[in-house]
Amino acid sequence: MSLEWLLKIVSQNGMSFVRGAGITLYISLIGTIIGSVIGLLIGVIKTIPIPDKKGAKRRFLKCVNGILSAYIEFFRGTPMIVQAMVIYYGLAEAFNIDMNRNFAAILIVSINTGAYMAEIVRGGILSIDKGQFEAAAAVGMNHVKTMTNIILPQVIRNILPATGNEFVINIKDTSVLNVISVSELYFNTKSVAGNNFRYYESFGIACVLYFVMTFTVTRILRFIEKKMDGPDNYIMSGNQMQVQKPEDALKNSKKG
Amino acid sequence: MENIIEIKHLSKSFGSHEVLKDIDFSVQKGEVVCIIGSSGSGKSTLLRCVNLLEKPDGGEIIYQGENILDDKHDVYTYRTHLGMVFQQFNLFNNLDVLSNCMVGQQKVLHRSEKEASETAIKYLKTVGMEDYIHAKPKQLSGGQKQRVAIARALSMEPDVMLFDEPTSALDPEMVGDVLKIMKELAESGLTMLVVTHEMSFAKEVSDRVVFMDQGVIAEEGHPDQIFNTPTQERTREFLSRVLTKN
Repeated sequence: MSLEWLLKIVSQNGMSFVRGAGITLYISLIGTIIGSVIGLLIGVIKTIPIPDKKGAKRRFLKCVNGILSAYIEFFRGTPMIVQAMVIYYGLAEAFNIDMNRNFAAILIVSINTGAYMAEIVRGGILSIDKGQFEAAAAVGMNHVKTMTNIILPQVIRNILPATGNEFVINIKDTSVLNVISVSELYFNTKSVAGNNFRYYESFGIACVLYFVMTFTVTRILRFIEKKMDGPDNYIMSGNQMQVQKPEDALKNSKKG
Repeated sequence: MENIIEIKHLSKSFGSHEVLKDIDFSVQKGEVVCIIGSSGSGKSTLLRCVNLLEKPDGGEIIYQGENILDDKHDVYTYRTHLGMVFQQFNLFNNLDVLSNCMVGQQKVLHRSEKEASETAIKYLKTVGMEDYIHAKPKQLSGGQKQRVAIARALSMEPDVMLFDEPTSALDPEMVGDVLKIMKELAESGLTMLVVTHEMSFAKEVSDRVVFMDQGVIAEEGHPDQIFNTPTQERTREFLSRVLTKN
């Protein structure tokens, strides 16, 4: 590795790397968010209690659960690089659907993440104490109210580390989207290296950029986790001592 | 006196084990009924059947003249008329004390935020927890949690309060606080159905004691009669066992 080349590449192709990193971050962020929403919805639907009695509602729920399971199994069981080819080139060839590349990229990452997140959310819901469901039921909440007000806020906190993990995986795995020519970091790096034939330096820079992105994301998520946990102490409402604080006294005297 | 809840021929099985066998039972308005009996006698299951946390296999539960086990009956609305206090407190872990008492009022009864918080604070005062409105459940002791749980149930202003062994998970020193609040509630005329192992509470506070054994109501009557002159052999046996233990 020569420093000259490194500096040359950064000065000449710096923007290409930055744009690539931007697209990578953009696709993985949007993909993770949409995927998480898909996961939450599926998790809620899959945990609707199925009635014991045979009837239309039971059949319908079983059917929906079947479809959702098929979706999860299929997208977890096939590589994203193959899904990208099928969805982007395959749909274009078979049905003449011409998708915007970035849209296709987000779509692929979203449904892929959705499949993983659905299982993570389901696990998160199952890990919540049965008493929380019973208490919610006892105040008269139905499944959706129980989920949105009581269960999901707790689930989201519990699955945040796993979600962060998905985000980090997505930042790295968007590199496979170069097969459909999305101009993300790997794709741009490949173009740069293809021009100057300095693979070591070019991909070295890409490496550093990937790491900076994943590491920053991990730290930010850790910070959010701490924020969500809230302070360990609580403030007693009302002034227990019934003694005025000096600053309050000052304020009151000014007002008066 | 009018019956608030009337249970007819209620049965419930878990697998092949029959937990409740043909239970007939009713609660009158303003009455405090204690259900006693050894573990596994079906008393908790009976209470949980009353608000349908367990779905009964057969029988009827009549509330305001309607059988709520009918398919067309709305379970969720029915449950708002019953307050439930659990052995394990089951406070909503994601909400602070005040929100615990407000969420049901706002989301289920559709009360305004102002009304809900006023009602919540009123009942938090009743249980002596009004200073802790911003505390999260994990920051409270068992006794404090149970007092908040009682306030949460009261905030829905139910017709009947159900208590499922409310003091069984508490440290002995906390038990007194919770029982004192329950006693005050009983004296205020609230209709209460209490599953308990606290014999002294059952003896002092209740209007009627129901003794359950092996899925049936073995004996019921005024606490003086049950505790002093039980007619059934198994009631005598049970009472001698628990009363000597204390």
